Amino acid sequence: MGNLVEIDNLTFYRGERVIYDNISLTIEKGKTTAIMGPSGIGKTTLLRLIGGQLRPDSGDIRFKGESIPAMNRRTLFKARRQMSMLFQSGALFTDMTVFDNVAFPLREHTKLSEDLIRTMVLMKLQAVGLRGAADLMPSELSGGMARRAALARAISLDPDLIMYDEPFAGQDPISMGVLVKLIKGLNDALNLTSVVVTHDVTEVMTIADYIYILAEQRIIGEGTPEQIRQSESPLVQQFLQGQADGPVPFHFPAQSLENALLGGA
Amino acid sequence: MESLINLGSRTLGKASALGRAFLMLMGAIVARPQPLKNTPLVINQIYVVGVQSLLIILVSGLFIGMVMGLQGYTILVSYGAEGSLGPMVALSLLRELGPVVTALLFAGRAGSALTAEIGLMKATEQLSSLEMMAVDPLRRIVAPRFWAGMISMPLLAIIFSAVGILGGHLVGVDWLGVDSGTYWSVMQATVDFDKDIMNGVIKSILFAMVCTWIAIFKGYDAIPTSEGISKATTQTVVYSSLAVLGLDFVLTALMFGIE
Ligand SMILES: Nc1ncnc2c1ncn2[C@@H]1O[C@H](COP(=O)(O)OP(=O)(O)O)[C@@H](O)[C@H]1O
Ligand SMILES: [Mg+2]
Repeated sequence: MGNLVEIDNLTFYRGERVIYDNISLTIEKGKTTAIMGPSGIGKTTLLRLIGGQLRPDSGDIRFKGESIPAMNRRTLFKARRQMSMLFQSGALFTDMTVFDNVAFPLREHTKLSEDLIRTMVLMKLQAVGLRGAADLMPSELSGGMARRAALARAISLDPDLIMYDEPFAGQDPISMGVLVKLIKGLNDALNLTSVVVTHDVTEVMTIADYIYILAEQRIIGEGTPEQIRQSESPLVQQFLQGQADGPVPFHFPAQSLENALLGGA
Repeated sequence: MESLINLGSRTLGKASALGRAFLMLMGAIVARPQPLKNTPLVINQIYVVGVQSLLIILVSGLFIGMVMGLQGYTILVSYGAEGSLGPMVALSLLRELGPVVTALLFAGRAGSALTAEIGLMKATEQLSSLEMMAVDPLRRIVAPRFWAGMISMPLLAIIFSAVGILGGHLVGVDWLGVDSGTYWSVMQATVDFDKDIMNGVIKSILFAMVCTWIAIFKGYDAIPTSEGISKATTQTVVYSSLAVLGLDFVLTALMFGIE
């Protein structure tokens, strides 16, 4: 089917710190790709790079074959209408109702009549099971509902690419199950391409078509869920099984404990 | 040496913040204005920053006017000049206290709220989310708030002065017995429209720009954590107040000092 997003030899620094050291990956059209890795490794950063909010220090990111870092503001904004991102916090606008939140992208980017917008918004809300909550304010929603409302907003312009930043973090088992089902269902029903960033191993194994595992500024493993499960890489196995120590050290790099206690510099 | 390096890096930090503040303002108000889409947003914000500051402005204006009536009377009466109470109250308010105190109250009431609101929007990824929806947060969030501040504050300053003059009347005339006709007619004869009223309005337009700019920039540039936002909010009030007081001296010197 071809690739929707292609990342070539990407290197990215935060100040002096290397976040990504020459990584390459592709996101296939119509599929659900998972990107896993421990917290703070730069998963959100990767999504922001794809969305053009950050620029790589070197390497290229292509969306539908067009280089994102090379785009000017106008073309970037145009490209962004075809992608959407579900932020970790949901990022609903707190001063608007759920209905207005979902209607927001439509009102900003289309000239549809209010009647039509109303129909479309209610359809999107129906898809995430929140039609009854249309008139609530975001502060009145539970965590799982807020994320679903944000999901309805994210699909309101029928994007080609949807990126989920830790959709399962902090969810109870039931809303987790609901979200898993929604992500899978929407991907198939709307012919979307999904990128799911997460550190929840079990959930993602059930919905992903392809998985990349990030650690130590690079990709340490990739493949279908089956291939990943059978990977012989000790790094991958440590991550899957959640072992505290292993090739990825438990301790943040430091001088030895003796030296520290004895006051050595 | 250490302190020299420190000083250098702090200076650089401030200079780059100033540059960012400038770019933000340019991005918000100069590039690509969309009056049609923005007008309802601006009106909405005028309600938030302006109308909701009205009560504190009315109450403060009244009390300051009353204090001035009282102080002015006790000083003027010993020279038998209590007839000049009207212009004394009016000129102090129109030239100085109206614009300055309004700006200080505005920084505390509306400026801090603006900083906290924008900072929280940043922390909860609402600004990033707008950007990813191909909506420019500078245009959508920052610009309407800037214009609302620019429109509200001069109006609030005029209201402040008007209420203060009534407060002075309340104490000087109704309580201490200055003749009401004298209060008004001497005021009318003394206050000059261009020199006093317009200069006061010019002052408050400049204060509005400084206060609103600081407030939105501090929010937009805040480190998106709880400490970051609380620090930014404090800085908004401190920087705005200092900037207003400093600028007021300069403006007074330019407008009234050199004849
Ligand atoms: N705005 C920023 N400025 C500087 N460093 C940042 C910023 N945002 C994130 N980082 C750093 O980049 C690293 C990767 O962050 P992030 O992409 O959020 O990780 P993840 O989503 O995998 O938990 C983190 O260690 C974080 O401290
Ligand atoms: Mg993250």
